Amino acid sequence: MQIGIFTVGDVTTDPTTGRTPTEYERIKATVAIAKKAEDIGLDVFATGEHHNPPFIASNPTATLAYIGAQTERIILSTATTLITTTDPVLIAEDYAKIQHLTDGRVDLMLGRGNTGPVYPWFGKDIRQGINLAIENYALLRRLWSEDVVDWEGRFRTPLQGYTATPRPLEGVAPFVWHGSIRSPEIAEQAAYYGDGYFHNHIFWPSSHAQQMVQLYRQRFEHYGHGSADQAIVGLGGQIFMRHNSQDAVRDFRPYFDNAPVYGHGPTLEEFTQNTPLTVGSPQQVLEKTLSFREYAGDYQRQLFLVDHAGLPLKTVLEQLDLLGEILPEMRKGFAEGRPAHVPDAPTHASRVAAAGGAKDSTVHAEDTMTGTTDRFQKEEVDA
Amino acid sequence: MTSVVVVSAGLSVPSSTRILADKLGEAVRRSVAARGQEVDVQHVELRPLAHALADHLLTGFPTGDLATSLEQVRRADALVVVTPVFSASYSGLFKTFFDVLEPGTLDGKPVVIAATAGTARHSLALDHALRPLFAHLHAVVVPTGVFAAAEDFGATDDGSLDKRVDRAAAELAALLGNGAGEPAAAPVRRQVADEFAAPTPFEQLLREAGGNAVR
Repeated sequence: MQIGIFTVGDVTTDPTTGRTPTEYERIKATVAIAKKAEDIGLDVFATGEHHNPPFIASNPTATLAYIGAQTERIILSTATTLITTTDPVLIAEDYAKIQHLTDGRVDLMLGRGNTGPVYPWFGKDIRQGINLAIENYALLRRLWSEDVVDWEGRFRTPLQGYTATPRPLEGVAPFVWHGSIRSPEIAEQAAYYGDGYFHNHIFWPSSHAQQMVQLYRQRFEHYGHGSADQAIVGLGGQIFMRHNSQDAVRDFRPYFDNAPVYGHGPTLEEFTQNTPLTVGSPQQVLEKTLSFREYAGDYQRQLFLVDHAGLPLKTVLEQLDLLGEILPEMRKGFAEGRPAHVPDAPTHASRVAAAGGAKDSTVHAEDTMTGTTDRFQKEEVDA
Repeated sequence: MTSVVVVSAGLSVPSSTRILADKLGEAVRRSVAARGQEVDVQHVELRPLAHALADHLLTGFPTGDLATSLEQVRRADALVVVTPVFSASYSGLFKTFFDVLEPGTLDGKPVVIAATAGTARHSLALDHALRPLFAHLHAVVVPTGVFAAAEDFGATDDGSLDKRVDRAAAELAALLGNGAGEPAAAPVRRQVADEFAAPTPFEQLLREAGGNAVR
């Protein structure tokens, strides 16, 4: 079982002080939070991607590479990488590069994002969200699995004899999760390829997550990747802890009431009842988190949101200390009653082993491209 | 069993909107039963759902009774919808309920539109506000809309309100008699629930992605 945190990098005013961090502060805080996550023994740090204020989550690959250079063990991931508006050629290059730099400590979660205007910013049409996710990912897989790709599709210029560099580390591409809150087509996509499926889980009632996870599990089995309970499932979670649960409710309420996305809506109590949000003692967080298995089955990755809605860095680090305290109990709880045939989340090492061992996949080629600008221009004039 | 859901958006208790809703519900029950069909008429009152509706706007999901009511509407064979006229149109509460419906929910569904107001001078709200709204939602609105002003409920009423109620109910029953249980003439939009019941196979999704479909 992998346990970690995910962030969307929101720059939000702290409602208790009225203070808004600068971009610099928030970017550095994100790095501090990721390093702390490794210190307390978490397995995964994942960052979201946004291309507009009030977020600092653009260019996630720079953030992940920078964190990768300052950590030893933690898996770096995304939540999510925009498969709709990001060129799959760039995704193939960027994440293969981070694989090499971090010795395979990277995987990624693909999503369509929740920001409508981002599509036109990158020249795409939001009405094609699902189709973009499907075509772009089909290309991404080929760019990683085939050294030389000829490709023609609907949403991108064709590729002829194209090689994405660097080639995946040791011949094995990063593991891919597909994240979607409510699009069955994406669960279907994850199941078809035998990839992981992640449900954000935190904004909606658990019944929705249950429905999506169930669909993914059934279709995973349908496509012959294993039994339904062997499908690779990840869930989000949202927690705020104090040793005393009343203190947790008192301290978190102003952040909840003013939070982006759901603030000024339902009460903290209603939202706690309807969604996976847990505000209380570490013991309560432990119990509620372990109860997710009742409807999602034994799963592989649990990511918590701990740093949003204007919570100051100091508080976030305190939250991670508390999470660290219950981590051994949480791991024990997740292991309890878990059948032996339920796999762990794939890692670089396990995928290399499954592929029959590491092989260097460097494409050694003669450079016939660099310095050819003049030649191409001449050909154009001649033609 | 034919299921008819009556949605009413009255705010006061008792409300004239609910009185009209009851009249229409009862008339529809009689008309459908008269054609030999078994019918079940259920009422959805929006006033107790007001908080949940505001929350839905902010969170994107329905809770508790609102979720139940939306599901009732989704499963209904036909609807009767009744709103008070506020500022020359349907009330905000009424509109919010239809705003949070899953797209495609009302595709091809027969609907009776009805409204109440303090004065008969608002009667055109049915035709300039409700009818276009339900046309947009791809519902099949019966020709007779039922409008009741305060005076229609009073002693001056000559029974014409009841006549309009009966006519609208009969029109709805006729539509149900024609179409109940049969596939819709036009293709109905696929909803998330359909996708869960019978997922589109990925090979088809791949073909669609490369074709000219929008998804």
